[in-house]
Amino acid sequence: MDIFFWPVTELLVWGFLSRYLEGTGLGGVNVVTVLLGALIFWDLLSQSQRAVSVVFLEEVWERNLLNIFVTPLKISEFLVSTVLIGLARIMLVGVVITIMAFFLYQFNIFQLGFALIPFVVNLLLFGWAIGLFATAIILRFGSAAQVLAFGLTFLLQPFSAVFYPVSALPQMAQYIAYLLPSTHVFEGMRQVINTGVFSWQQLGWTIIANVVFISLILWFFYSMFANVKEQGRLMKLD
Amino acid sequence: MTKKKAVIEVKDLTKKFGGFTAVDKISFSVFSGEIVGFLGPNGAGKTTTIQMLLDLVTPTSGMVRMFGKDMKKAREEILNRVNFSSAYVAMPYNLKVWENLATFGRLYGVGNLKQKIKELADFFEITDLLPKMTGSLSSGQATRVNLAKALINDPELLLLDEPTASLDPDVADKTRKLLLQIQKEKGVTVLYTSHNMVEVEEICNRVVFINKGKITDTGTPGELVKKYGHKDLNDVFLTIVRGGEN
Repeated sequence: MDIFFWPVTELLVWGFLSRYLEGTGLGGVNVVTVLLGALIFWDLLSQSQRAVSVVFLEEVWERNLLNIFVTPLKISEFLVSTVLIGLARIMLVGVVITIMAFFLYQFNIFQLGFALIPFVVNLLLFGWAIGLFATAIILRFGSAAQVLAFGLTFLLQPFSAVFYPVSALPQMAQYIAYLLPSTHVFEGMRQVINTGVFSWQQLGWTIIANVVFISLILWFFYSMFANVKEQGRLMKLD
Repeated sequence: MTKKKAVIEVKDLTKKFGGFTAVDKISFSVFSGEIVGFLGPNGAGKTTTIQMLLDLVTPTSGMVRMFGKDMKKAREEILNRVNFSSAYVAMPYNLKVWENLATFGRLYGVGNLKQKIKELADFFEITDLLPKMTGSLSSGQATRVNLAKALINDPELLLLDEPTASLDPDVADKTRKLLLQIQKEKGVTVLYTSHNMVEVEEICNRVVFINKGKITDTGTPGELVKKYGHKDLNDVFLTIVRGGEN
């Protein structure tokens, strides 16, 4: 049940806020579509991050890591398994909040068009990369760093331009924002909603940024894993 | 007489953590079918050594070979033939016992898993525990389930880290008898750590003492008791740990 708690709570808060703003008639923008679309996409990102790092953390809490790492399982296979478990969780959460958004706010996510699927895929990949980064930090610093498993994506939220355009950010923050794959996804999503035009340019930047982030984070994770084995800390994470 | 094959070969194995040497150029072998007690006080280097054998800790220098193969080059192949159980390791408590056994069975690529779990459940008398949540088991029940997990892949080598710690004398005795039965029926080689010297005398063919990261003595329990002129292995342990003083 815990995987549904935050997405459902956020959907309710932002859904009612969107309704209220729509009622005030501010700027003629489709507030419900923009905010709820952004919210659902954001939940996909944060859930995909949490799925990877929390699955790892659960093994630490249950003192089961040793059992796993004395099997012939390769670390790459372990990572793929966390991604698959994450995908299952995201599908469950996605179905629930999509249905709730439809019945509570008459918001149909599919109205955004199936052209957004590549954006969603990139968002999930970025979430998994951040989850892997959080896991690497937990490997290095132990469960003292476990807060990252739950909230690392929130550090990126202000720069990802989730609920506002990048132009609303100060100039320095915009430079950071454009480095993140998530920023291009949210910018691309808003462009589809506002103009109906799919931005191949934003998708291109998303893919490039994702390839760079995923490569760096995989390198970082394997370095941390080797370091932890070197320092004998693998079994002392709790 | 044919010479038994070495299942574990450790040569000049060293582990340093910064300036501290946890394991200092140790060398020993464990032969097929033996139950070897790996003994020493807390902080002697037992756990670090076992973790190096299992590739959980990277050695600073030295060599670990199992089944004649280098752990660095044949990790997956070696670990497929090995298993491990410890009193200090748990299995996911929110899974049922059979789910845990099935999960680990799949990780080892065990065929005919249902039949294997049934066999192990019969052997360890845990059939009634299979549908229960792992988190609801008593220490004795959890130990039997852990041992069942440790045999799920029919390992040729079993590494046991204080498997009877935290068990009451009755359950500990039953566990020892089970281990002897496993070794007799399945011919498993066992490397065993324990602080209970009575237990070690009861089940181990041979012991290796480690203290302050170095191997200080090795032999059968009877040989060591005779060598040190004591009445039992407990006194031998105290003599070795206290550097020759009783």
